Amino acid sequence: MTADAILFFARGTGFDWALAIFVFGMLLRLFEVLSLGSKPDLSEGRGSGVQGGLKTIVTRTLPRPAIFAREPVRIINGYVFHIGFLAVLFLYEPHIELFEAKMGLSWPGLPTGIINALGVLTIFSLLLALTLRLSSPVLKFLSTGSDYLAWLVTLLPVLTGYLAYNHMLLPYTAMLAVHILSVELFMVVAPFTKLTHMFSFMLARWYQGYRAGHRGVES
Amino acid sequence: MSSASIEKGIRMIREEIDAPVASFFTSCVHCGMCADACHFYVQTGDPRYTPINKVEPMRRIWEQEYTLWGRIKATLGLSRKVNAQDFEAWEELVYDGCSLCGRCSLVCPVGNDISDMIRKIREGFAVAGHAPKDLVGATRRAVEIGSPMGVRLPALEAQIRHLKHDTGLDAPLDQAGADYMVLLSSMEIMNFPEYLEAIARIMQQAGRTWTISSRAFEATNSGVQIGVSDIATELVQRVVDAAEELGVRTVISPECGHAYTAIRFEGPNLIGRPYNFRVQHILEVLEEFRQQGLLKTEGKETERMTFHDPCQLVRKGGVIQAPRNLLGMVSNGFVEMRDHAEMNWCCGGGGGVSANERADELKSKAFHQKKSQLDELGVEILVTACANCRITLEEGLEQNDMDIPVVGLTEMLAEHLVEEPGNGGDT
Repeated sequence: MTADAILFFARGTGFDWALAIFVFGMLLRLFEVLSLGSKPDLSEGRGSGVQGGLKTIVTRTLPRPAIFAREPVRIINGYVFHIGFLAVLFLYEPHIELFEAKMGLSWPGLPTGIINALGVLTIFSLLLALTLRLSSPVLKFLSTGSDYLAWLVTLLPVLTGYLAYNHMLLPYTAMLAVHILSVELFMVVAPFTKLTHMFSFMLARWYQGYRAGHRGVES
Repeated sequence: MSSASIEKGIRMIREEIDAPVASFFTSCVHCGMCADACHFYVQTGDPRYTPINKVEPMRRIWEQEYTLWGRIKATLGLSRKVNAQDFEAWEELVYDGCSLCGRCSLVCPVGNDISDMIRKIREGFAVAGHAPKDLVGATRRAVEIGSPMGVRLPALEAQIRHLKHDTGLDAPLDQAGADYMVLLSSMEIMNFPEYLEAIARIMQQAGRTWTISSRAFEATNSGVQIGVSDIATELVQRVVDAAEELGVRTVISPECGHAYTAIRFEGPNLIGRPYNFRVQHILEVLEEFRQQGLLKTEGKETERMTFHDPCQLVRKGGVIQAPRNLLGMVSNGFVEMRDHAEMNWCCGGGGGVSANERADELKSKAFHQKKSQLDELGVEILVTACANCRITLEEGLEQNDMDIPVVGLTEMLAEHLVEEPGNGGDT
């Protein structure tokens, strides 16, 4: 099979299947959560559950100072990774063109030089994340194979994207094919690992925030 | 334990899993932040005390029962079912190593309410016969005698007689139509009767009527702590029946953390209907009195003092500003701990830990978190508003040779009430 043929598959059938698994898988995961339902709270509220839920979805993005002071490196690295990853995914011009082709939506991107730098930063932050995971007793204790798999399938698209853009390691066509395949791997794996948090965090924050809002407590 | 009890435990945990719990497990990224929020982990350095790990058996049951992928893995033999050994191994983490303080829930970046999950997993552990024997005993006494410490009505009546004798004030029993029905914790009846006197004096000054039910004077709820909803419901129902029979407008939860959230927020959900009376924590009542000008104090303490926020009040009950406003009336030397209000560290004895003798050593270790907060401040008095915190703090301070008296806020306020003729105060 030639690089062209692999690229053709990756861009066509491969992508469609991966996307279908990603969308169906994520919807299934959300259904698995929501279908369990929750009982209405019969206690007299002191505040608004809805307001608390919506507020917490936003505010929980920032760490509480007391916890930031204990883990500054891990928390800052988390931001660097998330911002870097989302920027290279959504603000790189060729990616935006793909989104436009698939969904008809378009938005301005960042200059490729900046994306390239952000890609490097994201790769380093992922390497640091792994180092922290392997060196912290708590993280090492908590980590399962699934955590390392999620890490790997997140790293690969960023790494291969960087290599493809900079024409490194493999001829461009071959590396581009590998890049797209790695994205497809990410999409296929995501619904079955902790990567589901990309959507479900909003539910979790909502539920805790709703209860807190109802009780009139901070969350 | 027999496999039948384990099966019951698993079934109970399965029933406790609802959409919020499922969203929490679906969202956990194993970032470990909850460990940094937990005094049991921070003080022991043992990763097993990472809060999310305490509900690992529940996570496995959720994955295997409520997710397609988990079911496939279980069918293929890729995951192990929760068994008796797991209950054995996790019992200590679920009860001894968690005071249900809720600090972990506040720091989780994806928003998981971990302490609520631990509250829920206890339901399964209790049913499976994997609850600490001291908690089982306390719960039995609560059901049979009406108090986890075995305090009966005559003991309360004796305290009321002392009150009358010492101050001339009455604590009226079973008075229908009173403004307030006051609940007490056994600890207050036996160890801190000053609280009862403080209430009597404050109510008299405020000109409010109050009563104590002879049938339901106990505020604490062992059913909530051990995690047996049926018993928790029965204990709530006793208070509800008494309050409705006496026709009071407001039930006052005493200086206790979990008693407040149990009756105020869990209660209506346990009995399946809203109340037709209000529930307030004593600090909320005092704050209302303050705002209405019914709480008149004189003189201020000058010693350097701080306030220990009971976890259940700040993180689950929303009583944060009231104690600060009230302390402002009677103290010139109030200083805040570095982590205070909703980020305060637990005393180490909440969630049934202080009633569980087996957990004593761990509790003492966890207390070092509080010790370091106090060492930083160098205070002369420690004020709080929970009898259980108070006894845990007193023990911890004693063990560490720290000479800091622990005072209940209500009684501190009562000591500063403006003396009016005939108000029964010490003269």
